[in-house]
Amino acid sequence: MTRNDIKELIMEIIADIDEDADFDSLKPDQPLRDQLDLDSMDFLDIVMELRKRHKLQIPEEDYPQLASLDSCVNYLEPLLKDA
Amino acid sequence: MCVDHDKLSDNYDVIIIGSGLGGLTTANRLAYCGHRVLLLEFHHQLGGLATWFKRRGHIFDISLHGFPYGMVKTCKKYWNREIMQSIVQLKNIVFDNPQFSLRTTFTREDFTSILRNYFKIPQTTLDRFFTTVAGMNFYDDQSMTTRELFDQFFPGRTDVHRLLMEPITYANGSTLDDPAITYGIVFSNFMNKGVYTFEGGTDKLIRMMTDELTKSGVTICTNAKVDRIIVEDKKVRGIVTRGKTISARAVVSNSGITNTIYDLVGREGFSDDFLEKADAIRVNNSSCQVYFGIKKDSVIKDAGDLLFTSASPRFDSEELLDLHTRSKTFSIYYPKTRPGHDRHTIVASMNSRFDDWSLMDEATYKEQKKRLIDRTLIDLERYFPGVREKIDWMEAATPKTFKRYTLHTLGTSFGTKFEGLDVSRSLYKEIAGLFHVGSVGIIMSGWLGAINYGVIVANDADGFLRSATAQ
Repeated sequence: MTRNDIKELIMEIIADIDEDADFDSLKPDQPLRDQLDLDSMDFLDIVMELRKRHKLQIPEEDYPQLASLDSCVNYLEPLLKDA
Repeated sequence: MCVDHDKLSDNYDVIIIGSGLGGLTTANRLAYCGHRVLLLEFHHQLGGLATWFKRRGHIFDISLHGFPYGMVKTCKKYWNREIMQSIVQLKNIVFDNPQFSLRTTFTREDFTSILRNYFKIPQTTLDRFFTTVAGMNFYDDQSMTTRELFDQFFPGRTDVHRLLMEPITYANGSTLDDPAITYGIVFSNFMNKGVYTFEGGTDKLIRMMTDELTKSGVTICTNAKVDRIIVEDKKVRGIVTRGKTISARAVVSNSGITNTIYDLVGREGFSDDFLEKADAIRVNNSSCQVYFGIKKDSVIKDAGDLLFTSASPRFDSEELLDLHTRSKTFSIYYPKTRPGHDRHTIVASMNSRFDDWSLMDEATYKEQKKRLIDRTLIDLERYFPGVREKIDWMEAATPKTFKRYTLHTLGTSFGTKFEGLDVSRSLYKEIAGLFHVGSVGIIMSGWLGAINYGVIVANDADGFLRSATAQ
């Protein structure tokens, strides 16, 4: 997966969680939580969805890596390079 | 829908023991993740304490008293849109006690206005208090108690302490001596947008959830008590239900945490360090309830949806638990609760100690139950004068009743105190593939807490099932 594919994937998962999520004004380097009104349960949904779709096991201590769109891409890029 | 016990397979990916809201949600999530799920329930009805019973045309809800707005998002994400759409607000929450009588929507806006105008608390204090409780997390320092929190913001104001604490005590059995973070998390959940209920009643909710589970492919078997969990070499292998062994790579127990450790696995399955922590778990109190059914064509006036009432001069956690407590809540179910059913019912709830009731001989037990109903009826008549003539069914439940239907240790109706959360969360570290979901730690209690905890545990179990050790 390219960096852009990963970005699309994350936004697709978030759109499933919150259909009203506004991605147009999303700043990729800022925390998703503040911009999209996501709570800790929503981040758990992202983790479960990544496991379901790509068999990715993200340990709890790595959850902070999913904070912003950019940090998601940085963290997932090596893990999804063959996906 | 429900499979006969003798038609069950010998093997599933994961077995869920118990169908409280946590067990139901874990089952649904794990099926969504693609696992073969078996859900076993010892009672003939699914739902655990999210339950109801029928008498003479009345339907009585046991634990449908009001939950936070968060249920809307949670039901949409983890169940379905139809379930979400049945959630409606309860707008009239009433407090009546010797210190104050008032009506509120139980929202931050309304509470702020009441605290400022009626209790004369400065706005700056209120802002600081709400910001403090809203910022609390379960992993924060737990050394501060709720009493200390209240004393810090509202010193000497027992009336304010009562307003803030009483509803939460009924919601999850917590007291002023429990960690302030448990108070802050639960209180903030409610303050978000007020109190909500499920239109159509508990029976409708559980029916809709059962339909969803069937669609998701979960195998459901009721009247299926689990005798024990099979553990070999610190790994879970399956369960035994009514003499039948069923294997699985993972087991999620929605039985009480103490029941799971001592009754279903047994002490021999655990390390000494773990048992030391488990032995220190304090289960929460149990409850008494009195159910009143109003005659078919009789009507009662709208006196509010949820009434927190007390004749006790001050809020006192011990007084609330006493056999003769003068504090109780009335949940009033108007025809709007079950459109089309058009009946009025009233459920009075009190917090209660198991031992106060379990040690009585049979004659005393019967007599005390009768007195409980009499006392409750007298209190009810203060809010609905003449209601006695309109009632055609009265019945009481005690901690023994709660124990009989849930099997919970000491009939607890609110799970455990805070320390139960860590034991519940670390069960899988002792026995690979074994997880617990259910009311623990005060914050994972109530309908919203139970469902969200079901999702959290489903994530753990899914992670395990897809890991190398589970293969």
